[in-house]
Amino acid sequence: MDDFYRDFILDHYRNPRNFGHLEHPSASAEDLNPLCGDTIRMELEIHDGVVRDVRFSGRGCAISQASASILTEELKGMRLEDVAKLSKDIVLENVGIGISPTRMKCATLGLRVAKSAAIGEIAGWPDEE
Amino acid sequence: MIAVRTPEAIAADFPILHKPTSRGKRLVYLDSAATSQKPQAVIDALVTYYTEYNANIHRGVYEIAARATEAFEDARAKIARFINADTREVIWTRNATEAINLVGYSWGLRNVKPGDAILTTQLEHHSNLVPWQLLAEKTGATLRFIPADDRGVLQLEKLDALLDGAKLLAISHVSNTLGTIAPLERIVPIARRAGATILVDGAQGIPHLPVDVRALDVDFYAFSGHKMLGPTGIGVLYGKRALLEAMPPFLAGGDMIRKVEYEHTTFNDLPWKFEAGTSNIADAIGLGVAADYLHDLGMEWVRAHEQELLAYALARLAPLESRGLAIYGPRDAALASGVLSFNFADVHAHDLASILDTEGICVRAGHHCTMPLMEKMGWPATARASFYIYNSRADIDALAEGIEKAARVFKV
Repeated sequence: MDDFYRDFILDHYRNPRNFGHLEHPSASAEDLNPLCGDTIRMELEIHDGVVRDVRFSGRGCAISQASASILTEELKGMRLEDVAKLSKDIVLENVGIGISPTRMKCATLGLRVAKSAAIGEIAGWPDEE
Repeated sequence: MIAVRTPEAIAADFPILHKPTSRGKRLVYLDSAATSQKPQAVIDALVTYYTEYNANIHRGVYEIAARATEAFEDARAKIARFINADTREVIWTRNATEAINLVGYSWGLRNVKPGDAILTTQLEHHSNLVPWQLLAEKTGATLRFIPADDRGVLQLEKLDALLDGAKLLAISHVSNTLGTIAPLERIVPIARRAGATILVDGAQGIPHLPVDVRALDVDFYAFSGHKMLGPTGIGVLYGKRALLEAMPPFLAGGDMIRKVEYEHTTFNDLPWKFEAGTSNIADAIGLGVAADYLHDLGMEWVRAHEQELLAYALARLAPLESRGLAIYGPRDAALASGVLSFNFADVHAHDLASILDTEGICVRAGHHCTMPLMEKMGWPATARASFYIYNSRADIDALAEGIEKAARVFKV
């Protein structure tokens, strides 16, 4: 688990990208990590079915915050239907090394919230699919 | 009191403490406030029941059924001795939560009326808060809270006013999040004069402090077995006999009846009136053995040991405060049980717990089932180390070194 906390993870934790709020989000969602009670909110600006801008907010552990921060960079320019199809693989590719099974929900919380915003209803847990 | 054993000698009775982790580390178990480890004697009691005399109780006429009934009721007698109660006042439940709910439904629905107040504290575990929210909703009563200061010490200046019109005082003996010990010897006489019925959530009290329910003069004392060396799935409600006699049954079914006709039932005597269905026989027997183990150790010794460990921990970790360690709760080990809640720099409690885990150190991280308290204090989460009879100074040294490792990993 200690090999998870690499420099780029700590950088995203301490300097999260796309952190804050959009003035006029087209879609948004918010959810809670049942393990720790930490929350993540995702706001999307959508034009012609494509994510043009994104912001996330919330507070939590390095895993959930860094994972959400890295994800936001990838969401920009994605088609909504592709966001809806994202699996936990993207999270594992981004931050996967060293995550223990007990912390997978932390890592996939941001993805779950982004997918919920994209499809307009609560998405399932990516780590359980 | 036989206070001659060292924590190291006590730890020898707990087989799990001698199994290395998957990384080959010594297990440093600092989460006894969540659940305690079990001594071999308790494990043996379960195995012996299932291998030698597994049978249902209060029914069978054959030898092993008689032996099971005797062991089950003997365990009740051990608990009664342990807390200085009458055996008829010891009701088996699944855990402290079920014991509290039993009082909420059976006593509460009959005695709490619209406009009454239910007084609790800002420190409560959800188990001693949510049942009273439900009772208030059902009865039209209102909830009130004894405030706690920034260190988690209860503020009693306005206790008289808070108790005015209160039908019930529901208070935890020891805070699971901060370890604060409620000064029951001060609070109970005031609540008595105000005419309130008094329930104590003893889940974190009875494992760590000497408890004499008669001396405390409380009406109900609820606790779980698994935090006091016993198995999971068994707990106790102590209630004063007159109160229990007047209360209607909580759950209905077998064993809690004397005579059943198609249209009508006469209920059994105490304590069985509140024990519907086949009880958790094995675990009750195991809990009796756990109570004996603690009794032999001496609860005065247990308390002194934990106080000494907490004082050592506060001193051992103090140098880390200049590097961002924040320690919550009372700074005086005399005011708290063996619980240390903390955060370190900008490392989230869950990340801290994960890094400690790589060193074999088990701590709890999160809101500790006290979300309103965490919100009031402004802590999103804390890490919590909690101590018990098998912990020694070496475990606290390991914790301090583990926090140093977190500092290195997070480049604090």
